[in-house]
Amino acid sequence: MLGIRKEFPGIVANDDITLQVKEGEIHAILGENGAGKSTLMSILFGLYHADKGVIKVRGKEVHIKDPNDAFALGIGMVHQHFQLVHNFTVAENIIMGKEGGFVYDIKKASRKIKEISERYGLSIEPDMVIDSITVGMQQRVEILKMLYRDADILIFDEPTAVLTPQEIDELMEIMKNLAAEGKSIILITHKLDEIKKVASRCTIIRRGRLIDVVDVATTSVEDMAAAMVGRPVSFKVSKAPSKPGKAILEIENLSVMNSKGVLGVKNFSLSVHAGEIIGLAGVDGNGQSELVEAITGLRKAASGTIKFNGRDITDLDIAERNDMGLGHIPEDRQKRGLILSAPLTSNMVIKEFTKSPFSKHGLLDYPAIREYSEKIIKKFDVRSGEGADSLAGKLSGGNQQKAIIGREITADPDLLIAVQPTRGLDVGAIEFIHQQLVDERDRGKAVFLVSFELDEIFNLSDKIAVISGGELIDIVDTSTTDEHAVGLMMAGIRKGE
Amino acid sequence: MKKDRIINKPLEARKASPLIVSLSAVFLGIIAGCIFILCIGKNPFAGFERILFGALSNTRRIGNTLGMSTQLILIGLSVAFAFKTGLFNIGASGQMLMGGITGSILAYYLPLDMPRIIYLPIIIIASMIAGAVWGFISGFLKAKFNVHEVVSTIMLNWTAYWLVYDFIPRFIIDPTISVKSKPIDAVHTLRADWLTNATGFSTMNYGFFIAIAMCIVIWFVLEKTTLGFNLKAVGANRFCAEYAGIKVNRSIMVSMAIAGALASLAGLTYYCGYSNIMEMGKMPNEGFDGIAVALLGNCSPIGIFFSAIFFGILKMGRGSLAATGIPTEIADTIIATIIYFTATNVILANFWNARFKSSFDRKEEACKTYMKSKGDGRGVDALTSAEFREYAKSGKALIKSSKEVRQ
Repeated sequence: MLGIRKEFPGIVANDDITLQVKEGEIHAILGENGAGKSTLMSILFGLYHADKGVIKVRGKEVHIKDPNDAFALGIGMVHQHFQLVHNFTVAENIIMGKEGGFVYDIKKASRKIKEISERYGLSIEPDMVIDSITVGMQQRVEILKMLYRDADILIFDEPTAVLTPQEIDELMEIMKNLAAEGKSIILITHKLDEIKKVASRCTIIRRGRLIDVVDVATTSVEDMAAAMVGRPVSFKVSKAPSKPGKAILEIENLSVMNSKGVLGVKNFSLSVHAGEIIGLAGVDGNGQSELVEAITGLRKAASGTIKFNGRDITDLDIAERNDMGLGHIPEDRQKRGLILSAPLTSNMVIKEFTKSPFSKHGLLDYPAIREYSEKIIKKFDVRSGEGADSLAGKLSGGNQQKAIIGREITADPDLLIAVQPTRGLDVGAIEFIHQQLVDERDRGKAVFLVSFELDEIFNLSDKIAVISGGELIDIVDTSTTDEHAVGLMMAGIRKGE
Repeated sequence: MKKDRIINKPLEARKASPLIVSLSAVFLGIIAGCIFILCIGKNPFAGFERILFGALSNTRRIGNTLGMSTQLILIGLSVAFAFKTGLFNIGASGQMLMGGITGSILAYYLPLDMPRIIYLPIIIIASMIAGAVWGFISGFLKAKFNVHEVVSTIMLNWTAYWLVYDFIPRFIIDPTISVKSKPIDAVHTLRADWLTNATGFSTMNYGFFIAIAMCIVIWFVLEKTTLGFNLKAVGANRFCAEYAGIKVNRSIMVSMAIAGALASLAGLTYYCGYSNIMEMGKMPNEGFDGIAVALLGNCSPIGIFFSAIFFGILKMGRGSLAATGIPTEIADTIIATIIYFTATNVILANFWNARFKSSFDRKEEACKTYMKSKGDGRGVDALTSAEFREYAKSGKALIKSSKEVRQ
C-alpha cells in the first residue's frame, strides 16, 4: 500500500501512508485509537476506497472494490467484532457465501475444515454451534474462515481485546504457526507486549500519518509507545497513599440472580470508603456484572442490603440512585454508555436532562446543554469531527470512553463504579483515564474498579477484593500481595486451603 | 458559525438531506408509474393530468383531497411518534375504529341543541381517550409481559373491528339499512358550514386544522420537551436509557398511548367528518397507508404533513383515471413503488452523497486554481464558506477560459 490517503468529514484518516508487508512475516500496525489503523485496513479489505494511493499485491497493482475482490486476492480479515451467525454450526458459518453450487456438501466442507484446523493447531470441531463455544474459539473460527478461502494475507484487527490471558497466548502461538507456513499476517493493535511477542516489524501511525517502521527485536517498548503517542509515556500511575474516610458503599450479604436464574452473586459483603480505590479482581463471568448491576439498580437483589452514604438503596430505582451521587462507567460503552445515533450534547445530559439548568418546566434548554457538553469535551479532551454536534457513534472507542468518563466525573458522584474502564483502549487513553480515577480518589471520592486485567487492578487499587464463582474470596492490601497470590484467589483458592 | 469555533472543521461536501431522498423516491415512483402506463399503451402525461385534475381542479376537489389527507396526517404522526420510541404501531386501524365509534356513539346520544363549542371538545377528548387506552394496552403488554407490539396491535385491530361490529347494531344502527350506523347530523360532525360552503360541499372539516395543530404539538413535544428527549432516548438505545435512569417501561406505555390518541383522532375525523356513518365489518385502510406516509415523511411532522397531502392527491385523483382507460390501480402501484424506494433510502442517499462529493471536488479544484493564479498561499481549508463559493466560481471561469484559449 503506497501513499494511501482517505478523508472523512472533518478528519483526514489516512494521510500518505505506506505499508509494506513481506511474505511469511508478522507485521504489526501500532497506533492510538483513531490514528487511522482500522481505516487503512478497511481500504485494503475493500470496505472503503482510498482517495489517493496505490495498492500492490505480489508486485502487481490492484483495485479492490469490495471484500470479494480482497478474498480473490487472498486477503482475509479477522474483525474485532466477529461476523458469525450464532445459531449456525462452525462449518455452516465457514462455508457461508462459499457454498459452491445449489446443493452444498457440508460433509466435504467439514473434512476440509478439520484438516485445516489440525494443520494450524486451531482445535476446532466443525459440528459445534457457535453459541456453545467460547469467545476464543469463535475467533479461531474466524481465522479458519479465512484459511478456508485460501487467504495468504491475514489481517487481525485488535484480536486480543476480547480474550483471556490464556487465550491470548494460544492466539500468539497460532499466529506464529501461520507465519511459519508462509502466510503474511498484519496485526493491528495498540498492545505493545503482544507486538514484542510475535511481530517482526512494526509500522507506527499517529493521527493518520506514518511515523516510523521499526524492527521489533531491536526497539524497546518505551520507544514504540513514545512514537505512537508522540511523547514519553509512563506505565505506572503515580499516587500517594490513600486516606480512607467514611464508608460510602456498604454491601451486606448480597445475593443476586443472573440471567440464567441461578445465583450469580452469593452472600457478598464489601464496603468502599471515601478516598480509596477498591479493585475487584476476577475472571470474566464470575459475578462481576451481576454485582455491579445490583449496585447500580439495573438488576434486583435476591437478598441482602446495599447501603449508600448510610442509606439503604436496595429497593430504589436507577434514577434515585443516580441522584444520590452514584456514578457508573458501564462495561459496554456502546450498548449502555452512549446513544450512538445521538449527538454528544444529548449524551452528556442523558442522566440529567430533567434537571435545572438543562430543562425548566419540561422544556429543554439547548444553550445550557451545549455549554455543559462543550465544557466536558474540552476538559476531557474528547476529539471529534464536529465538536458537540458529532454523533457519539462517529467517535473512536477511546474518545467515546473519555466522553462517558467526562460525563460521570462532571456529575460529581460520591462513588464512581468503573467497569473495564480501559477495555480496548490505547496507552495514551489508558494513562489519561487512570489518572482521572486516581484524581477522583484524591478528591475524597470512593472508587470501585472492576477489571479483568490484573495489571490495571494492581496499578490503581489501594485494596483488592477477589471474586470467584460469585463469592468474595478475600480482600487484601495491594502493598502486601502479589499477582501470583491474587491469581490463585481468582481461581477460587482461599488462603490457607 | 458556532460549530467552527470548537474545532477547525474544513469545508466539506453537502450531505443528502431526508428531503432530497424522499423527493427522489417520489420522482422514481412517478417514473415507474409512467412506465406502467406506457406498458398498457396509454399516455402517461394524460394519466397524471387526470390524477391532478381529479384531485385539484376545483375548490371542491381540493377540499376533498385535504379531507382525505387529514386522516393520513394524523395516522402518519401516530406511526412516526411510536417509531421515534422504537415501536412499530401497526394498530392505527384499530385505534381509528375506537376513536370513530366513541365519536359516533357520542354524536348519536348527545343532544343536538348542545352548543358546538362544548360539543366538539367533548367528542375530541373522548375519542382521544379511547384511542389512548387502545394504544396503552399494547404498550402495557410490551412493558409488563414483553409481548411484541406488532403482534398485540394487530390483534387489537381485530378486537376493535369486532367491538365496532357489535356496537353499531347495539347503539347506533340505521333502521333503514341494518349494516351501518345512522348518519350523524351535520351539526354533530366536525364539518363547518363556512368550510363546506367555501369548498363547494367537499369533505373538508375541522379535522384538517386539528391535524395541523397536532403536527405542531408533536414537533414541539419531540424537539423541545424532556418528554420527547426521554422517548427518543428509549427509541435510540433502550439499554442506555435504562442505565441513565429513564423508566423505559413507562416510556413505552406513554408513547403507545400518545400514538393511539393520534390515530383515534384520525378515526374521529374520518367517521364523524370526512364521512358521517360507520359500516359494519370494514377495517379502514388508512391505518396502513399511514405507515407509508410516516416513512416518506421521514417521521418528521412537517415531512408527514406534505407526504400525507401527496398521498391524498394520489388517492383522490385516481378515481378520474378511469376516464382515460387507465386502471385506477396504477395510482396504488405508484404509492407502492414510492414506499419501496423510500424503504431503500440508503441507496438514494448514497447516490446523492456521491453526486455532491464529486461536485464539491470539482469546486475545490477550481478554488485551488483560482488561489494559485492570485498567489494566495492559504490552504482551501482556511477559507470561509462564502469565500469558497466565490473563489470556486471565479476558478471555474478561469478553467473554462483557459480551455477556450487552448482550443
